[in-house]
Amino acid sequence: MIRLTGIERTFVVGGEMVRALRGVDLHVARGEYLSIMGPSGSGKSTLLNMIGLLDRPNAGTYELDGHDVTALDDDQLARVRREMMGFVFQFFHLVQRLTAAQNIELPMVLAGIDPGERRARLERLLSDYGLADRGGHRPDQLSGGQCQRVAIARAMSMGPSVILADEPTGNLDRRTGQEVMAVLEQVHRDGGTVLLVTHDPEIGSHAKRRLRMVDGAIVSDERVD
Amino acid sequence: MRSADLLEFAWQVLRGYRARTLLILLAMGIGVAAVVAVTSLGEGARLYVVNQFGSLGTNLVIVLPGRSETAGAMPGVLIGKTPRDLTLEDALALKRSHAIRRIAPLVVGTGDVHVGARVRETPVLGSTAEMKDVRSMEVALGRFLPEADPRQSAPVCVIGAKVAAELFGARQALGEWIRIGDRRFRVIGVAAKQGQSLGFNTDEIVIVPIAAAQALFNTEALFRILVEAKSREQIAAAKSDVEEIIRLRHEGERDVTVITQDAVLATFDRILRALTLAVAGIAAISLAVAGILIMNVMLIAVTQRRREIGLLKALGATARQVRLMFLTEAVLLAIGGAAVGLAVGQIARQLAAQLYPAIPFEAPWWAMLAAPATAVITAVLFTLAPARRAARLDPVQALSRR
Repeated sequence: MIRLTGIERTFVVGGEMVRALRGVDLHVARGEYLSIMGPSGSGKSTLLNMIGLLDRPNAGTYELDGHDVTALDDDQLARVRREMMGFVFQFFHLVQRLTAAQNIELPMVLAGIDPGERRARLERLLSDYGLADRGGHRPDQLSGGQCQRVAIARAMSMGPSVILADEPTGNLDRRTGQEVMAVLEQVHRDGGTVLLVTHDPEIGSHAKRRLRMVDGAIVSDERVD
Repeated sequence: MRSADLLEFAWQVLRGYRARTLLILLAMGIGVAAVVAVTSLGEGARLYVVNQFGSLGTNLVIVLPGRSETAGAMPGVLIGKTPRDLTLEDALALKRSHAIRRIAPLVVGTGDVHVGARVRETPVLGSTAEMKDVRSMEVALGRFLPEADPRQSAPVCVIGAKVAAELFGARQALGEWIRIGDRRFRVIGVAAKQGQSLGFNTDEIVIVPIAAAQALFNTEALFRILVEAKSREQIAAAKSDVEEIIRLRHEGERDVTVITQDAVLATFDRILRALTLAVAGIAAISLAVAGILIMNVMLIAVTQRRREIGLLKALGATARQVRLMFLTEAVLLAIGGAAVGLAVGQIARQLAAQLYPAIPFEAPWWAMLAAPATAVITAVLFTLAPARRAARLDPVQALSRR
């Protein structure tokens, strides 16, 4: 469903050209669980942002479900993100003034889903991610693991095709990290496509397919069963 | 995004940043309150003047003897004729005009009013029964001068409230006799308290039939004639009729001055309206300042909420949605500020009304509309740039900065 061909991304940092992605080719099938590992600055986050349509390539083509998405304008990209992509970030990125439930609802609010449908989905998400009694809490009243579960529930609220997780355990202790990984695995088992960026080999080893990036290029791509 | 959700989201933001919200409400509120208060003041002054004229009587035309005008082709040549007096016959002749409803000829003098041993020097006004309606007078006790032939002098009078109190004290004045000069009059009415209205204090006068006053002061000449036109539209016709009738009676000489209440009133009206507008404009500057404050605060908000904006964009918010979020916030602030301002303005108005009950402080409708509208428009205008900036944020950069 995701097909990248010759993707280039260059940044200008302090007057110098940095090639974050150097002609990346990648094909990800529906339902795959894929980890992207590599040292910092290897371009793994850039690649994830590219796949998540947060960033645009300087060259190359990106086909999503057979459609070229490199030509879409910003608002079209926003709509595709809303419908197809679920993001999970290292720092959770929850809106502090909103409750857990309101955070989870945000993508549905942006999509204009009516309140009745929203409530139904919200109830399901809260119970699916073990947050049934936490809906009314604000992020600062939740533990790190709970925050990340809220973030995952939010990512899942629109029933996305792809879950993109950038260092989802990077800000959690080992035990809660594993808890979050179990949740992601569950998403995968339910048929979701999961892309995971991490620099932790142990976290990365959860995935069935493991990419390794160095200097903006994929240097290895192994599958385990 | 549904508009209810948009409002809810903006509401959450306003609640989330309480101090900021309160400060902007305060700034907007002061601006709107200033406009409301200042325009009430101006409008109050205007209405005060209008009412003062109104208390003279409505659709009033005043006829004065004499005409102070330079005439002739050569400068410096004055047709300096002594004006002919206005007489009672002149006044009665005016009734021929179809544009005129009532006339009240006036003779004015000062006399010593005696009641028993008490004496008081009082302005004495000679007029007819119609004066009551022409001048919109009220009688507190008894009745006004009777309808009768104005050439006949009946020994009756109507006295002002203060005169009654001073001459009779707590005693009943009605039906008692007073003496002015060598003539005696029976008190048939006491005028209601009306206070000063352009030159006369009706509380301190004695009104007698015009023929009696003419005899008392030994004069045929009228002080002036008050004329009431049939309607506002007829004022001009009444004025020209008066000029024409008097001219014919005075052998073709235009020797009276005719003042319409309207012309004087319109001038005051214009001046005070212009003043009100000017001060409202000055007050509106504070609204503009509030607008700049909103812009400043919104710019800070965009920086402060970079990550949130990045997140919203990652979650699929379009540029339009982000812009709308900021604009909704601004509009809510402006409406809230306007509401606060209108309330404060209203309170200020009521306080002023209590301090100066004579002046009818009333914020004009246009100010009540313009102040909130200006608040909302400035808020939107000054939020456009910050909102655009927010909408253009690159989500990757916005999210990565910590």
